[in-house]
Amino acid sequence: MSILTAWINRAIWFGTVIMFASTGEIITEKSGNLNLGVPGVMFLGGFAGFAGAYYYENATANPSAAMIILIALLCGFAAGALGGLIYSVLTTTLRANQNVTGLALTIFGIGFANFFGVRVLGGGTSVKAAFARSVFATPIPGLSALGHVGNIFFSYGFMVYLAIIVALVVHWFMYSTRPGLNLRAVGENPATADAAGINVTRYKYAATCVGCGITGLGGVYYVLDYGYGTWSTANSIEALGWLAVALVIFATWKPRNIIWGAYLFGLLYWLYNYLPTLMGFSLPIYATQMFQTVPYVVTILVLIFISTKKKRENQGPAALGLSYFREER
Amino acid sequence: MGESVKYAVKEPLVHITRRTDIRSWKAWLIRVASVVLALIVNALFIYSVTGLDPVKVYTVMIQGTFQSTYNFLTSMRDVALLLCIAIALAPAFKMRFWNIGAEGQVLMGGLATALVMIYLGNAMPPWLLMVTMFAASIAAGALWAVIPAIFKAKWKTNETLFTLMMNYIAINIVDCLTNIWRGSKSSMGQINANTQAGWFPRLLGYRFTINIIIVLVLTVVMYIYLKYTKDGYEIAVIGESENTARYAGINVKRAIVRTLLISGAICGLAGCITVAGKNQTISVNTAGGYGFTAIIVAWLAKFNTFYMMLIAFILIVLEKGAIQIASAYTLLNDYAADIITGVILFFILGSEFFINYRVVFRARRDREEEQA
Repeated sequence: MSILTAWINRAIWFGTVIMFASTGEIITEKSGNLNLGVPGVMFLGGFAGFAGAYYYENATANPSAAMIILIALLCGFAAGALGGLIYSVLTTTLRANQNVTGLALTIFGIGFANFFGVRVLGGGTSVKAAFARSVFATPIPGLSALGHVGNIFFSYGFMVYLAIIVALVVHWFMYSTRPGLNLRAVGENPATADAAGINVTRYKYAATCVGCGITGLGGVYYVLDYGYGTWSTANSIEALGWLAVALVIFATWKPRNIIWGAYLFGLLYWLYNYLPTLMGFSLPIYATQMFQTVPYVVTILVLIFISTKKKRENQGPAALGLSYFREER
Repeated sequence: MGESVKYAVKEPLVHITRRTDIRSWKAWLIRVASVVLALIVNALFIYSVTGLDPVKVYTVMIQGTFQSTYNFLTSMRDVALLLCIAIALAPAFKMRFWNIGAEGQVLMGGLATALVMIYLGNAMPPWLLMVTMFAASIAAGALWAVIPAIFKAKWKTNETLFTLMMNYIAINIVDCLTNIWRGSKSSMGQINANTQAGWFPRLLGYRFTINIIIVLVLTVVMYIYLKYTKDGYEIAVIGESENTARYAGINVKRAIVRTLLISGAICGLAGCITVAGKNQTISVNTAGGYGFTAIIVAWLAKFNTFYMMLIAFILIVLEKGAIQIASAYTLLNDYAADIITGVILFFILGSEFFINYRVVFRARRDREEEQA
């Protein structure tokens, strides 16, 4: 039982990182922008959040919990949104190719975060924001002590619950509000949306910047809670970034599905570490990578499935990946 | 047009029109200007963050490639690899098939080569071993690319996302097998270190000479293939408009599968020459991100293989320069190059807009109308 709860704990920590990232990417993709810069944006957000928290807690004698949360989240969101702004200027205003721009953003984001990261490290291999970590990992008081139930449901830092709330709010926004409908129209058919009086450019900018900001929060959670509050030279944000892109497909572009999808990916990703012990056999070390392939294979199967079924509501936005030029209809 | 109408209709500040008639010298001027601008932005960045003299930093960066003959030759080796992958991607991208999976296809090609070297290295004469290595790597790369292509052709499955996922499967397969091969050692070491079976022979002193020759031949062949063959023409038509292609009687599905077989095969070959001509071993870093960088190379060069050579060269100079400045200055580290590269890419990507579109401002338009 304790192994099972440990596995679930791990899956939820892991899932929260990609839940933020995927929720952000869904907003971006719903506007028709296929942003392949997710790993770069996560790096930007993660580093900015860490740096903000790290300098705050070292600069003040008695850092306050509320302030450090505010600083970390603001820095992470702003850095991610700035990445989204670069992407928007290039793809929406200057009509550059989305895939190429996204990949360039990944190169830039990883470089930018690590360039300053190495300077923060100052020759060491890792630096810890201890106070920020303790704040971000504080479980819900009282409820988390309720045995296994408390452990499985209430033993996490606040961002785990924030991720769920964000995903639900985004889902509500997307499917129950007028601006959400407009946003989906922009992603499905920008020419029609334009004709209906929707400002396509404004929606694309807003969706991409806000989406990248939320993706950046995934980076903040990665560093300050999942990564134990340490910034180090070797981290796996990039692999998680691509997994977040996969999760968007797996969830068939619905934020609601992200919630359970993220946890499922977490369970699958950490399968190799817990399942053998649970079933009472040992796994050779080289087989672990094969187990980590499972989420990607599942995503491909989903991708194939939705394309063969041709069910309208499971497809990605019709204009995904295409730039919109009003003059070229 | 009366005065009252002019006030009633509020014209937008800028008006954008497509242009296809730009002179090529003008287009290149815009591109060069964008790179210069990017270098200025980078210089400001370097100066404001580190206080170092940007001109000196750039000089040191260039030394990474030009300091010694050896530096230059190893740079050429890497240009050849990056160019090889870009050549592979060109036909796919030209038909708007977003093959983001080069990284995986290169790895699978490299893995096939490594498998042949390890298990057949001593079982056949050297020439047959080489032929087997080439055949195996080409087949492996082609297989990795054709799977998404078949689904794209048949069910329009999104190829960008499919090929992206295939990368990670390839990475994990390679990771798994190299872990088996290395056993309890910390790394695999060189394959067939004693017999050197399957290693490219030295030509003019270097094993990678063969890599460079292969890629030069490919550059010319792919240029001709895209420009002067029926297949190349079909690719161009499909890239412009799939409906037009279908209307013209082109079998789009067959073209997709055929093109991706070629694309994957060349990626596989790139894996082969990396393993046999450069590293003599394989790891998850064998492709080293070149599979992604090559996409940018192919795209910026507009699929002209000779322009690709130039862009690949620029990117490799930046990469080599990064290592150089990281060791020369304690204030900089080799991630600085990723920032510099990223900024340059942003500017070049943005500059294409000014080549493809004419921006007319309201004031200027009014003047032109008055004159007319």
